[in-house]
Amino acid sequence: MKHVLKPSQYAILVAIMLSASIGDSFLKRGMGQVGAVNLNHLGLLWHALFNPYVDIGIVFLIGFFAAYTTALSWADLTFVMPATAFGPVVIALIGRYWLHEQLSVSRWLGIGLIVCAVGFVAGGPSRTEHPELDQMDAGASR
Amino acid sequence: MTLSPFVHQWSAIAFVAALAVVGEVMIASGMRQLGDLDDIRATRGLLGTIAAVLKNARFVIGALCMALNFFSMLFALSIAELSLAAPAIGALTYIGNAVAAKFFLRERVDRRRWLATMCVVVGVILLAR
Repeated sequence: MKHVLKPSQYAILVAIMLSASIGDSFLKRGMGQVGAVNLNHLGLLWHALFNPYVDIGIVFLIGFFAAYTTALSWADLTFVMPATAFGPVVIALIGRYWLHEQLSVSRWLGIGLIVCAVGFVAGGPSRTEHPELDQMDAGASR
Repeated sequence: MTLSPFVHQWSAIAFVAALAVVGEVMIASGMRQLGDLDDIRATRGLLGTIAAVLKNARFVIGALCMALNFFSMLFALSIAELSLAAPAIGALTYIGNAVAAKFFLRERVDRRRWLATMCVVVGVILLAR
């Protein structure tokens, strides 16, 4: 049986692709303002929690985890995996088109391969059916 | 006996990747056990769904592994260059997840998914260069 994803499920996959990289970008910006943390200055980690960029980054990362666990409730791990790999692609494209950074040929190749990977799995079924295992799991979770 | 820096670095990288694989497989297994969260939310509401997830032992073990993975990653980055550790951990995690998904989660990892996994592995390594 081929599982067809609903629009809301595609939205969850897009959220996985975008939220981790956006969250990391906010964290990086916030930690840049807070300063370097080392064993002698662990108190800075507490201070970092009051930085708005760090807070926004944490909210995005919580959103990523929520979207990721939701996707795993209706799709295989090997189906969701390429979507999680899309984060570095988003960061590289933001760097290229927003920050006007130069991307090397090897980075463009990397972007192309990850886009291909998402395309490969998106064309296949999202879930492997195991009626007998699902029944056992349902019994165990009761 | 002292370990060479090469063995030391790659042991840390392998440990971090193994924790990520165990964590993600446990979370995936827990979510499969619970079923579609949208259906649960329709009957029990958002708070009921969050409670159901947090009561799932496999999810909790997986989340603990991911937390441990985060701190062991910090340790790995203190002994290995970021340009080595990040792509190596990413690549090993993707391969480990595909193997574990096939044998532990019994997912149907067909040629299409293996090809996607290998594309992700090479892509992550190229992006980190």
